[in-house]
Amino acid sequence: MSGELIYLAVLAAAVQSGTPLLFATLGEIVSERAGVLNLGVEGMMIVGAFFAFLGLHLSGSPWLGLCCGALAGAGMAAVHAVSCIFLRGNQVVSGLALTILGLGLADYLGAPYLGIKTAGFEPFAVPVLGDIPALGAVLFRQDALVYLSYLLAPLLWALLRYTRWGLALRAAGESPAAVKAAGMNVVAIRWAGALTGGLLAGMGGAYLSLAYTHMWTNNITAGRGWIAVALVIFAFWRPMRAVLGAYLFSGIIVLQMNLQARGAAIPSSLMLMLPYILTLAALLFSAVRGKDRAAPAALGVNQEPEA
Amino acid sequence: MAASGPTTGWRIARREAPPGALLSWCALAAAFAVAFAASALLLEVQGKPGLRGVTLLLQGGLGTPLSLFSEARADGADLFTALFRGFFWDNYALADSLLKSIPIFLCSQGVSICFYLQVWNIGAEGQFALGAVGGTAVVLAFPGLPAPLMLPLMFLAASVAGAVWAGIPALLRCAFRTNEIISTLMLNYIGILFLQYLVYGPWKDPAGMGFPMSMEFPVTAVVPNLVGRIHGGLLLCIAAAGLLAVFLRRTRWGFELLAGGANPDAARYAGMRYQLMVMGVMCLCGALAAWAGCLETSATLGRLRPNVTVGYGYTAIVVAWLARLRISRIAFFSLLLAALRVGVENLQLELGVSAAFGDMIQGLILLCVLAGQFFETYRFRRAKASVPPKRVAPENATKEGAS
Repeated sequence: MSGELIYLAVLAAAVQSGTPLLFATLGEIVSERAGVLNLGVEGMMIVGAFFAFLGLHLSGSPWLGLCCGALAGAGMAAVHAVSCIFLRGNQVVSGLALTILGLGLADYLGAPYLGIKTAGFEPFAVPVLGDIPALGAVLFRQDALVYLSYLLAPLLWALLRYTRWGLALRAAGESPAAVKAAGMNVVAIRWAGALTGGLLAGMGGAYLSLAYTHMWTNNITAGRGWIAVALVIFAFWRPMRAVLGAYLFSGIIVLQMNLQARGAAIPSSLMLMLPYILTLAALLFSAVRGKDRAAPAALGVNQEPEA
Repeated sequence: MAASGPTTGWRIARREAPPGALLSWCALAAAFAVAFAASALLLEVQGKPGLRGVTLLLQGGLGTPLSLFSEARADGADLFTALFRGFFWDNYALADSLLKSIPIFLCSQGVSICFYLQVWNIGAEGQFALGAVGGTAVVLAFPGLPAPLMLPLMFLAASVAGAVWAGIPALLRCAFRTNEIISTLMLNYIGILFLQYLVYGPWKDPAGMGFPMSMEFPVTAVVPNLVGRIHGGLLLCIAAAGLLAVFLRRTRWGFELLAGGANPDAARYAGMRYQLMVMGVMCLCGALAAWAGCLETSATLGRLRPNVTVGYGYTAIVVAWLARLRISRIAFFSLLLAALRVGVENLQLELGVSAAFGDMIQGLILLCVLAGQFFETYRFRRAKASVPPKRVAPENATKEGAS
């Protein structure tokens, strides 16, 4: 393999491993823009990953698996929405509980399926685009879910920015009082935001079991949900910056794994720290830039019931 | 439309006064009951291999053959006697629960102070790991230390390590306003991997047949037993709880902390002092969690192994939220959740349920308790149409309605 080909393979792998992060980050952006802080991304992702695996295992259809994963993620988000939006529970604690629950649930339910392999999504070349030199090999010889994620980020960006729905969603996160004054239903908007977030986190998890590992393993998410929460801050709550963040992040990790495979003598425990150190660095970077204060003003703040 | 008469339906209203203790405890008990019911359900799901459990449950719920229904019920009952027998029937298990509650209690104290101040330190697990590392470092560096010096030095080193590990996210938060939830969590992963690096690498026992573990601690470095299998860590818990109570009730700092937690917005205006308080509380939590880590390494394992971290730091989050900085409640819930862990171990042995079942129950308990706390602040009130909104309908609308 020539040097250039290896380079392209690394970039293609970066896109692939960035995809679950991208789904989850986009989901959390939608949820947080609506004012619902959901720290249960890790839990929603892993439950999504398990149910996606299960759906595929039982039905043989990866698309059905994807639906199962997405719905499972949304189901977890619904639990969060009930405890925060309806019952006014603390959003941080509810999210943490969701993560603890999700990790336990997936591990427990998945125990009989450990190590079972499945087919799942396979990469295919997009007819014309796949033949573009360099770019085609990196971006357009991926699997269907990666292509879906290409569409998703600009779609969400446009929805948030240019549509009335997007405006209402952002307003629910910035100034719920104004939304109410305009005669719209804050509760409904926040529910929609939270469920969309769960749906996308579930899809991110589904990507892991359906297209990345092609089997069920314990701790399949390995902290990716938390990394997604950090990437939301890194992206300053903007979908297009989430693309940058997710690929940058996965790019560095894939590059490092590649170097290790070529014989860099660093103990694996230390190598495994890299994503987490990188997350800390990303967090610090956004904090120093000061734009992390771009968080929606009413993020994590529950609505008081009307008297 | 009828303008008179009360409109039906319930509305949520804020309570004028906090509810009585009875209602709080009832809500708590109900939350636990719901969490257990849900886990029973999930057990039945896996009672039979694959999805057969779910089908059984559905058939039972829909009133199909009674035998199938009772079979599923009997399964669930069996599982739960197994669960409860694990910690209430024989004393051995009760002692086990008490032993496990010691590290949970130490971690929870620190975490609950942090939570009280709305500092979301979820890094007790990593701080616990660093404590284990710190204590072991002393043993490996000076294995021949005399007995009166060894244990104090180990716990000192552990608390420094834990306080530093908790100090990093605290400093980042105070200096750059970084989100401490994510930073403490990332430091959990990093701390545990660091511990693994040490026991797989430089600290590996040459005589350990290749197993990832440090050398066995000399007798001087093992916390002695008090009564039966209960080790001296119990005294450490009592001492820590006593100091904490004195600190909170008798010192100015403690008083400020309690006031600050009750009204965090007001405290934040104090600026510098609040920042210092956050730093102090985080480091304190780190040190306490590190004590737990050092204790587990020394008293329970007798050497450093990667399996020293079993999630006590995460259990502490649940306990802290349940107990809300009341020391007696921290002790109670630590014991309760420790007992749950032992019960799950029993379940694992008897029925081959995965260990994750315990995490799942913990998550369920936290969620249900959080939901139950709704009733401490709010209540459902029957909506009355005391002031019915007078609607002046435009003419055309009325016509449309009439047509």
